[in-house]
Amino acid sequence: MPTALSARLRRALPRPRLTRRRIVIGAVVLAVLVGALSWAVRPSSPGYRITSQMITVQTGPAGTTPISLDTTYYQPDSASAAHPAAAVLLAHGFGGTKDDVADDAKDLASRGYAVLAWTAEGFGESGGQIHLDSPDWEVKDAQHLIDWLSARPEVRKDGPRDPRVAAVGASYGGGLALMLAGYDRRVDAIVPQITWNDLGNAFLPSATGAGASSGVFKKGWAGIFFTGGAVPAALPGSGAAVPGAGGATLPGAGGALTPPTGATPTCGRFAADLCAAYLSIATTGRATPDQLALLERSSPASVLDRIHAPALLIQGQADSLFPLSEADANAKGIAANGTPVQVDWFIGGHDGGNGPQSDQDRNRYLTVQWLDHYLLGKGSAPSTSFTYSRLAGIDANTDSVVALGYSVHGYPGLSGQSSTTVTVAGPPQPAVNPPNGTPAGISTVPGVGGGPAGATGGTAQDVPGQHADFYSEPLKSTVDVVGTPTVRVRAASPTGQAVLFVKLYDVDPHSGATLPDGLVAPVRLTGLPATLADAPAVTVTLPGIVHQFQAGHRLRVTVATSDQAYLSPPDPTVYQLAVTGGVRLPTVHSTPIASPDLIWRWILAGLAAALAIGTVVAIVLGRRRHRKFSNRSGSARLSPRDDPDQSHLARADLADIPLVVSGLRKEYGDGFVAVSKVDFTVRRGQVVGLLGPNGAGKTTSLRVLMGLTKPTAGDIYVFGHRLVSGAPVLSRLGALVEGPGFLPHLSGLANLQLYWRSTGRPLADARLDEALDIAGLGDAVHRRIKTYSHGMRQRLAIAQAMLGLPELLVLDEPTDGLDPPQIAEMRRVLRRYATDGRAVLVSSHLLAEVEQTCTHVVVVHKGTVVADGPVDDIVGDSPSVQFDVSDPATATEVLNRSGVRSVSGEGNGTLIADLDGADRADVVAELVRAGVGVNRVVPRRRLEDAFLSLVGGDTKASGER
Amino acid sequence: MATSTMSSTVDGSAAGYRPTATLTFRTELRRQASRRRTQLSLGFMVLLPLVILLAFEFGGGNGGGGDRGQFAALADIAKSGGLNFALFTLLVSASFLLVVVVALFCGDTVASEASWGSLRYLLAAPVPRGRLLGSKLLVSLFYSLCSLILLTGTALLAGTLRYGWHPLRTTVAGDIAPGTAVVRLLGIVGFVAVTLLITAGLAFLLSVSTDAPLGAVGGAVLLQILSGILDQITALGSIRVILPTHYGDAWLGLISNPVQTDDMVKGAIATLAYAAVFFGTAWWHFMRKDVVS
Repeated sequence: MPTALSARLRRALPRPRLTRRRIVIGAVVLAVLVGALSWAVRPSSPGYRITSQMITVQTGPAGTTPISLDTTYYQPDSASAAHPAAAVLLAHGFGGTKDDVADDAKDLASRGYAVLAWTAEGFGESGGQIHLDSPDWEVKDAQHLIDWLSARPEVRKDGPRDPRVAAVGASYGGGLALMLAGYDRRVDAIVPQITWNDLGNAFLPSATGAGASSGVFKKGWAGIFFTGGAVPAALPGSGAAVPGAGGATLPGAGGALTPPTGATPTCGRFAADLCAAYLSIATTGRATPDQLALLERSSPASVLDRIHAPALLIQGQADSLFPLSEADANAKGIAANGTPVQVDWFIGGHDGGNGPQSDQDRNRYLTVQWLDHYLLGKGSAPSTSFTYSRLAGIDANTDSVVALGYSVHGYPGLSGQSSTTVTVAGPPQPAVNPPNGTPAGISTVPGVGGGPAGATGGTAQDVPGQHADFYSEPLKSTVDVVGTPTVRVRAASPTGQAVLFVKLYDVDPHSGATLPDGLVAPVRLTGLPATLADAPAVTVTLPGIVHQFQAGHRLRVTVATSDQAYLSPPDPTVYQLAVTGGVRLPTVHSTPIASPDLIWRWILAGLAAALAIGTVVAIVLGRRRHRKFSNRSGSARLSPRDDPDQSHLARADLADIPLVVSGLRKEYGDGFVAVSKVDFTVRRGQVVGLLGPNGAGKTTSLRVLMGLTKPTAGDIYVFGHRLVSGAPVLSRLGALVEGPGFLPHLSGLANLQLYWRSTGRPLADARLDEALDIAGLGDAVHRRIKTYSHGMRQRLAIAQAMLGLPELLVLDEPTDGLDPPQIAEMRRVLRRYATDGRAVLVSSHLLAEVEQTCTHVVVVHKGTVVADGPVDDIVGDSPSVQFDVSDPATATEVLNRSGVRSVSGEGNGTLIADLDGADRADVVAELVRAGVGVNRVVPRRRLEDAFLSLVGGDTKASGER
Repeated sequence: MATSTMSSTVDGSAAGYRPTATLTFRTELRRQASRRRTQLSLGFMVLLPLVILLAFEFGGGNGGGGDRGQFAALADIAKSGGLNFALFTLLVSASFLLVVVVALFCGDTVASEASWGSLRYLLAAPVPRGRLLGSKLLVSLFYSLCSLILLTGTALLAGTLRYGWHPLRTTVAGDIAPGTAVVRLLGIVGFVAVTLLITAGLAFLLSVSTDAPLGAVGGAVLLQILSGILDQITALGSIRVILPTHYGDAWLGLISNPVQTDDMVKGAIATLAYAAVFFGTAWWHFMRKDVVS
């Protein structure tokens, strides 16, 4: 038989109800989601067209060698003959192709620039050989490309055959930009990145300023650089570092998959003269004047005085190939012409990669600003202030480093605006030059790149016995070094010569030494005395760095005899080494670059303020509404605006009636009607029984009565106040609905106390003792609820309902779980409770209980009231009587004769007869006289009749309707 | 049985009843304080730092292990002082333990009343629905904050007693003086507290929507895990910035030098937006809902 349980379960367990509202809401949410997603992934028109083609140029010293260049032209849609666009020549890095700069090209093209990218000769699909940005070859190629641009109608012109054009590129491409600007006045702006000033100095550096002729060969990078162009087709390059902001590619990534034209096993696609020079230098470690002259022709240093194109020089701090000093030399040389120059250092470079996102963003911003002004005249002239970034911490989201941008008014150069000198000391120490430079100390590993590893100097190592260390005292205050520190070194050598590597370590007392950016200063000293006493002090310019030496850290100057990245003398020697004086640390007066994210702070402040105001307003409105509700409810109505769907909040005429339920209907969202129409009244002094089978709608009615659920229609008035959720009048109502609800971890007493405290009413009003008396739990009230039996909880719940002796007590199946003596006691309690003007409403599905407890009864079935009235009226004897007789057939006959209204048999000798006022004794006498044995005569009562006839055999729960 | 006075006020309420006096913060605090769940959670917040400390003492090794970037770096220096120890403890707890604890406090609060059946008696007391939510939320947030402070405070105390009071050491920002470091630590606690509002909001929303406390707690934790996983998928690109956990670690910016607050600001905006939506929906839903538990 279906029970109330299933109905309850059904209501408790939400099932998908496809109401119209839900469908609409779901559809709207879905539409918004789909819309947002498609907006996010929408295909947008790029705003430019891409054309790839081979362009053949006449180049070479005589300008007669045809070379075909693999080009890609990005033509913005906005450009036309009527509205010509400025052009950008975008050059790639060494070993790369035009494809490496595709992203930058697209970015510039979408900003309205006509961009021409090409693969330099000697690389990729382009013909020719590698001449290292030679003025006779690569520079001429680029000049022909400028000619090509000038023939395009959509490219803006400054004059005949003179397009408005900038040259942008990183590393090899940056070198070309500088060279091109030196040889071709048509170039209007350049943005060379991480590139060189003097190839001789770059590959044969000397930190004493002695020049490339006595420099130390940078074998690691040179080897990678050379093989980047020399690898035979079958051996693609290592494909390692992809450093630089402009997509510079160094060690022969890609491109080498097709057999290069004119490649030889030794030289690859390098021009013969350069190849020969490399092989010679790499073997001897020294360069001849001729070789230096050859490198000089490929060096911007030779043409700086001819550069008039405003130059934005972007250089990387983590770059042991083209260190900051290269950009410094370029900046000084170009600025000497009166040409605008801006210098920017970022955390990255050939060792450090593209750097943190913030640096990439800044580089891009500066580049676009530079081009916009010097090509398009947009915006005021970019300041010539110097910008750099310093490692500041860890990006929480990407685990990469965070760079902080700083700006300095005017470019201070590498020696800074001011300086701090920190004394380093230590006894003179011997250091061994290992034979053939092995084992060698490690500073950076060229070509490995991979993030600003140099920033933490994780790889720096010195070989014991091969270096001398000189320490400073712990720093008293933090020093922010920006530029090249200098130190004075003395050395003695039995051979009169020494190749040394000077490094400046930052020694953290806890975590050890780090070599900022992994940079070393190589020096080649000649004419050294055999003893240290005679040795002169030589000033060594250490690599340019941006580094914060924290207070408490120490400086360590290390002079080592070998470094893996450099070629050092093969003969074993022992040097005597000393450091004189201190380390001069250059500093600048910088201001942090304001974060572009400042706007977010305002948004945050606005959001926080809006939420705070919103919360306060919501609380105030809520309270005011409550107050209005309270004030008016005595007599008046709320205005329709406040209470659109209902009229009376209070009715004075009902003020003395504990409960009036009228026209109550509750329909759930899925269309299930739990209560279709219920009307009844509970008056003072009454104990009203709400009687009905399981699922008749009793509990639902009581839920509405407690303000837990909202009725679909109809009203409930408690003492004249319309009952809504949380209505104050509920405080005059005590309830037990659907079983007890206690905090299981608390004792019964604590539960009652806390519950009363929750009502906020004075403790004295609780009548706790009386309630506990009714519960009759004795000492068990001090035990936790968890340990209670069902009946104990039930009694405690009744006690809770009676706390404060509410004027209307509502109990749902109160005798559930009680034993017979307790039930009897409960009946007495309830009857007594209803005196003094109080009233009790008891719901039950048990006829007997209602009959014995209540003064009035309301029978509900299938959500409607089927009978209503005083129990005495309804329970009074019914005209029908049940006879158990020995001979039903004869009895029926006799009964019909004796004038009863109706007789019906129920089998087993049982007859039901409506006596219609006839005396039972007379009827029994008739039966006996007729010889029928009467076993039992049971008078039936009205309530039972009503209940059974109304409910009949149909005891299905409402839920089953 | 004695006779009660039948006096009533103009709004029909019983004498002494004021809506604003129902279920006060203190009452709710007491109701929750007696729960084993509250006591265990808070107790564990004290216990965890001590367990970590013991692990460092007897576990051998270097405390961290592997090269898991920032985590390993912070683990390595966790023993360098009380401040570092507190920071490390916070780091290992913030992404999951605290999320669970907050989800527990905020997700369980209404749903457990519903499952006990006591919710209907509170509402019939009557505690106005808005007030019930307000008190419950404030108490839940209070206990959540207590957990955070207890955890950090215990770690700071235990760490200081064991490793001493030294400047906060960081991997790239150098040492931060103890005075400044305490302020930074407070800032970190504050930011973590703000980011946990998302969990709190979702847990609370689920709490008012279901009668199953475990469902509410689990659902809120599930979202964190889901969001964390999605955040790992870089292919999602910029969509990830709207994930609730995307800026969860932004407080690491406070141990940079100088401090990096950009991500924290964005994280706070995201958090407040999410929390406002969750809490707003919770209120909207509960004020209208048919309580059938």
